Amino acid sequence: MTRKPRPAPFRRRLLAVPAVLALVLAAACSNSSSGSKGGGQAAGPLTGDCSKYQAYAGHSGTKVTMYASILSPESDSLEKSWAEFSTCTGIKISYEGSNDFESQLQVRVTGGNAPDFAIIPQPGLLAQMVKSGKAVKPPAQTVANEDKWNPVWKTYGSVNGTFYAAPMSANMKSLVWYSPKAFQQAGYQVPQTWADLMALSDRIAKAGSGKPWCGGIGSGTATGWPATDWLEEAVLGSYGGDVYDQWVGHQVKFSDPKIIAAMQTVAGWMQNPAWVNGGIGDVKSIATTTFQDAGTPILTGKCWMLQQASFYQAQWPKDTKIGPDGDVFAFHLPAVNPAVTNPVEGGGEFLTAFSGRPEVQAVQNYLSSSDWASSRVKVSTGWVSANQGVDKSLYTDPIDKLSAEALTDPAATFRFDASDLMPAAVGAAQEWKSLTAWFAQGQAIPKVAADIDAAWPQ
Amino acid sequence: MSDTAVSSAGPTRPAQPAARPGAEAVRRSFSSPLASVFVIAVTVLWTIPTFGLLATSLRPKEAVATTGWWEMFVHPDLILSNYHTVLFEGSFGVSGGLMPYLVNSLAISVPATVFPLVLASMAAYALAWVRFKGSDTVFFVIFALQVVPLQMALIPLLQLFSGGAHLGGATILPAFDLSGTYVPVWLAHTMFALPLATFLLHNFISQLPRDLMEAAVVDGASHFRIFWSIVLPLCTPALASFAIFQFLWVWNDLLVALTFAGGNPDVAPMTARLAQLSGSFGGRWELLTAGAFLSLIVPLVVFFSLQRYFVRGLLAGSVKG
Repeated sequence: MTRKPRPAPFRRRLLAVPAVLALVLAAACSNSSSGSKGGGQAAGPLTGDCSKYQAYAGHSGTKVTMYASILSPESDSLEKSWAEFSTCTGIKISYEGSNDFESQLQVRVTGGNAPDFAIIPQPGLLAQMVKSGKAVKPPAQTVANEDKWNPVWKTYGSVNGTFYAAPMSANMKSLVWYSPKAFQQAGYQVPQTWADLMALSDRIAKAGSGKPWCGGIGSGTATGWPATDWLEEAVLGSYGGDVYDQWVGHQVKFSDPKIIAAMQTVAGWMQNPAWVNGGIGDVKSIATTTFQDAGTPILTGKCWMLQQASFYQAQWPKDTKIGPDGDVFAFHLPAVNPAVTNPVEGGGEFLTAFSGRPEVQAVQNYLSSSDWASSRVKVSTGWVSANQGVDKSLYTDPIDKLSAEALTDPAATFRFDASDLMPAAVGAAQEWKSLTAWFAQGQAIPKVAADIDAAWPQ
Repeated sequence: MSDTAVSSAGPTRPAQPAARPGAEAVRRSFSSPLASVFVIAVTVLWTIPTFGLLATSLRPKEAVATTGWWEMFVHPDLILSNYHTVLFEGSFGVSGGLMPYLVNSLAISVPATVFPLVLASMAAYALAWVRFKGSDTVFFVIFALQVVPLQMALIPLLQLFSGGAHLGGATILPAFDLSGTYVPVWLAHTMFALPLATFLLHNFISQLPRDLMEAAVVDGASHFRIFWSIVLPLCTPALASFAIFQFLWVWNDLLVALTFAGGNPDVAPMTARLAQLSGSFGGRWELLTAGAFLSLIVPLVVFFSLQRYFVRGLLAGSVKG
């Protein structure tokens, strides 16, 4: 019952804890004070190289935050594209990329911690943000700048008829990747119509040297999205923009005979056992192959064609020559129905503001201008703007050039990726799941369609 | 020393098996050669994925993209450039690769481990040894709070931090301008850790001999004196084991960090950077494997330096031995 003397080392260790704590606290406090805003107004006109940014001057020492799903190295090119603007105007753009963007943006906006800007790739998510009441309408200059895009883009940046977000970039999904070298050696021509494409596929299959198509729809938790693109291409190419829009709005259901017929078109194309999955396996292997790996057999001659978007370019190994006479290139996927002129399915990113501060509006104006778009195009390849004000000779990359021409073509039937427009419960959940089951388990088309329709929010 | 004493004492004491035949049977079956083989097999199986991760981190990008890691036995083409890229090559405007994030991770994990330990040990002592009305109810409520899932509390907590609390027109809590600091992350981790920490430490502290406390009171010690001089030294194993748990949890956490350190790369921990390493289209996962291995180092150091407390502490408060 006597008190044991306490060992001394323990006490010393315990005392060390508050010391460390104090240090860390001090570090945190100094951090917070440096993070606070400067908020000064720079006086005087900008001179020299900076004079072109005069319209955005007057906000020196301010900072805007931007949140997006674009990660390094693509985000590095973005930051470089506005580096000069930042230096000249004194507006610091603090960029943060995250691959949990879609869910985290909602958490931050609901939690009252919204960034000044979000680069939103899905009009459906934009609509949700507007519904939350936190999105801010763009200034007049941004609205004027946006008119340089094809008019249909304005509707994708609008919610219930009110324009909110100007597009920053566009990408083209209606592409078929192939190997020009292999085509030349085998004496194949790039098909101009859907009938040609089907005939060519048949010819390749009969020739016996590899299968004509390869594909992969694996993409982590987003597995299935490449299959939605195939269906969208079939719908847009078979019936044109009006039916496509009604389909997006669910006036035309998945179980509608038209959509069922489009699914049969996809089944005859990407689920044809004689045509897929070149160099990888059978039809079911499409579901288990990641979209990143799907095109590799083209380089070894085991597969001839891959339908995938323009951003698939980043997936080719570094030393692959991309171009009309290189190792790989792409052609515009022809319309299923020749009566539909030049269907282009694509995607894009919309700059949404959550604040109306003057410096935020200045950045918003700049990023919607053709000057910025040109600046971004110059920094590096793999970025296309559908802004008519961008000089097409700036595109150094053949795929970018091909996409830019298709996206700015006034005669083209451009439509945004339907699964990004549909409610998230369908476009980013059930449609992925059901189409994956369609490929992986060979589920019947009517069941796939009925499952997706059932998930549509009432 | 105490470990060897226990294991050698077991079989030599004849009175024990008679009293607890079940325990002896279990002990014998665990030390049979068959069981050893089984344990080794499980360990090897369990380690294979980690080994695959290590192998992948040492292979060049092209090899990772085209073949599985087991191919390294056939084509041993190992490089360290993935580690070099991860450690030293920053993206635009961020130099130093992973290093700044490593510092952030430490600056988040250490306080977020110390705060709940300090608060919970004090609370546990008070609930166990300071007699006041309703102490059992308070303990029960704290215990019950464990069932609140972290995910459910994220948005309300974020709203509280960014907007303050208002009831009607009155401001209960002002909006703290905490964005861009570590404080929200510390607070969130501390809050989410407290119920479990209090519960574990309470069970441990309440089992300390009453005589010890009474003797201290007779000697004229105050509650703080008892807590500081008697309780804390005696519950070191429990503190250490909870510290390991909490440190590993905070170190590996991504969700809380993304939510509360949000919008600011200056305070983002290593996990946030790791999640971005593979790039927008997930093409560079050879970097991810290297980064993951680097992030293992600190938890391993913490674990091995505290592990002698770990097994003892794991049982602390759960079984009366």
